[in-house]
Amino acid sequence: MTIGKVLHHTPGVISADVNYATEKAQIKFDPRQITLAKISQIISGLGYSTKSDDKARQTNILLVKFILSAIFSAISFFGPPPLFQLVLATIVQFWIAWDFYVTTFNSLKHRAANMDTLIVLGTTVAYVYSTAVTFGLVPGDPYFDTSMTIISLIILGKWLEARAKGKTSEAIKRLIQLQPKTARVIRDGQEIDLPISEVVVGDQIRLRPGEKVPVDGKVLSGETSIDESMITGESIPVYKHTGDPVIGGTLNTSGAILMRATQVGSATMLSQIIKLVEQAQASRAPIQKLADVISSYFVPAVLMIAVATFAGWYVATGYLPAMLNSIAVLIIACPCALGLATPTALVVGTGLAAQKGILIKDAENLEIAYKVSHVVFDKTGTLTEGKPIVTDIVGGSKVLQLAASLDANSEHPLAAAIVSAATKAALKLSPVTSFKNLAGRGVEGTISKIKYTLGTPSLFPKVSSDVSRLEKQGKTVVVLATAGKILGTIAIADTLRPSAAEAISQLHRQKISTSLITGDNPTTAAAIAKIAGIDRFFAQVRPEDKAVSVRQLQSEGQTVAMVGDGINDAPALSAANIGIAMATGTDVAIEAAGITLVNKDLRTIAQALKLSRATLRTIKTNLFWAFIYNVVLIPAAAFGLLNPILAAGAMAFSSVSVVGNSLLLKRVRLT
Amino acid sequence: MDKVIVIVSSLGLIGFIYWFFLGKNDKESAMSTDIKITVSGGYSPESVTVPVGKPVKLTLTRTDPTNCLEEFVIPDLKIKKTLPLNTPVTVVVTVTSTGRYVFHCGMNMYHGQITAR
Repeated sequence: MTIGKVLHHTPGVISADVNYATEKAQIKFDPRQITLAKISQIISGLGYSTKSDDKARQTNILLVKFILSAIFSAISFFGPPPLFQLVLATIVQFWIAWDFYVTTFNSLKHRAANMDTLIVLGTTVAYVYSTAVTFGLVPGDPYFDTSMTIISLIILGKWLEARAKGKTSEAIKRLIQLQPKTARVIRDGQEIDLPISEVVVGDQIRLRPGEKVPVDGKVLSGETSIDESMITGESIPVYKHTGDPVIGGTLNTSGAILMRATQVGSATMLSQIIKLVEQAQASRAPIQKLADVISSYFVPAVLMIAVATFAGWYVATGYLPAMLNSIAVLIIACPCALGLATPTALVVGTGLAAQKGILIKDAENLEIAYKVSHVVFDKTGTLTEGKPIVTDIVGGSKVLQLAASLDANSEHPLAAAIVSAATKAALKLSPVTSFKNLAGRGVEGTISKIKYTLGTPSLFPKVSSDVSRLEKQGKTVVVLATAGKILGTIAIADTLRPSAAEAISQLHRQKISTSLITGDNPTTAAAIAKIAGIDRFFAQVRPEDKAVSVRQLQSEGQTVAMVGDGINDAPALSAANIGIAMATGTDVAIEAAGITLVNKDLRTIAQALKLSRATLRTIKTNLFWAFIYNVVLIPAAAFGLLNPILAAGAMAFSSVSVVGNSLLLKRVRLT
Repeated sequence: MDKVIVIVSSLGLIGFIYWFFLGKNDKESAMSTDIKITVSGGYSPESVTVPVGKPVKLTLTRTDPTNCLEEFVIPDLKIKKTLPLNTPVTVVVTVTSTGRYVFHCGMNMYHGQITAR
């Protein structure tokens, strides 16, 4: 049932006009019968999410308030009669700035204070003094223009900040909007549109060109190209056919397919990504600790400084400078800039990263990524495709046929490559008797009463020159022999990912050194390292010993990032200062990884490190300016060097500049 | 004479500000797994006590329009929620070890804490 129909039958709802295309609904209701929260709950129950336009309305109200108070302030600058100024100032003080009073009053009930408290105090003092002057109670000139201009500028600052802050979280909003609302599910032989919350694992879903993939699943029939850029950052659409996985939220561009749902609800890749990004954005950066401590004492400290300023100036000169300078102290202080420095940069940085297929776990890992000086690559499945293939056969097809017959009994990944090559060549395998596994070095067995050995060259006292030639090409070589006589040699290579060399070169340009960890022998490892341009290698390392190599690099003073698949090399990822996992399948919540890469493009590693550095640099710049701003300008105001109006201008733009600086992160060039 | 009065009252006012804002004692609430927090000029209650290892439902309702309180953050538990005005927002947390977990607004101006026992 549609939202409109359901709401129409809901008591208290007068009318409901729903536009699915613009994703907007206008609902008239009687607040005595039903609340907005209840309506939102009903809509959520239908599988849709709701967002009220309250925020946009609040931002517009701020703009209207700013325009009005700016006009009133401008009028007062022309020096109309004090009584007329009093009327304008009263409207500004107690209508336009009323929210400041409400917040201050609510805060004081909790014995707490914030920026609004300082503004209320500063402007109220100026207003009360000017009112007393107007009625001849104290001598002097009124300062209504001051109180009104301060309020105008502060409201302008709040308006700009609200707009800019909205932009910081655009990335996560875009991710959330990727979630489709409905799916065309086949139930009882009929195609029906169901809200996404009602789709269950195993459902068959029809997908047409131009539609979003509703949930994670597998293609049952048909073929198509799917644009996965919004999730993985890879710009070229990916060809999909029967059996291929598809990711919820991605866009089906060309063909029509039938798919089966494999993950729904919070288990989908998109939901996991959103959760990871939200968690990262809520985390605390260690660098922020000092700012946190200062924030908790900031407002009371400023109030005390303002009182001291008043007393000092009163004793030294008189009432008027005492009042103006203490107002300047109250107005100039900007605790918000300190509070916004880290979160805004973190939100922009992690959001931008997510758009590129980079999921940063938290602010702490962002700080470590900033310091990385060395990147270690696991070879199989990370630097390479993880699908070894036979590249050379010395000795003819008989050698391949015998080797495949022996390897058909082995579970080693290299054995699978040999059997696959024989199958492709349409060779018939022979039965093997007396099969024996030679513990990681090879196999032996009897075929037609002849005993054969197939294994690494080290098993044999003498091998042909082909072995070293092939090993120098970065290939893994196995030798087939019988009764001490070498029959042939087979070379197997796991293809380097196309992006490997460029990725390594990008890291080197960032002055980050690299190494390779592999179980291969030193000759093969050296050859692969050379092809990819990797600085050094650790050869013949068993999976359980990879962490030892990582620790060796750390003992050399390196801050190490380990790149792996997150499953076989979890101990090494944990041992490294930061683990970078290349996600396999749709599971992106990899415990041992500080950074998870959604795509398989190795160049993303350099991008991730560059973005982490840029984000942390922005946090540092924000914190520096927020500190310096307050440390320099509060004393300047206390010593009478700042006019209250100038103070209001500076204060209004301090928070905006922090948010603006964070938004500059969006311009960082990652390639 | 007026200068002496101003100096003495200022010192008194500074002392009062210190006591008022920095000398308050947090009152801890009774241990509960279903806590309702009103967000207006701060958090009521400011200090809540929860059991370790059990899911705890925090329902926050913001009635104060100030932007400052719009975001609710528990950094150590990596939780951040936007609180729309006058709309209850529920956060389910499971604290796995004893200790104090600070929560605050988006700009770190208003604070509260969860004590896990």
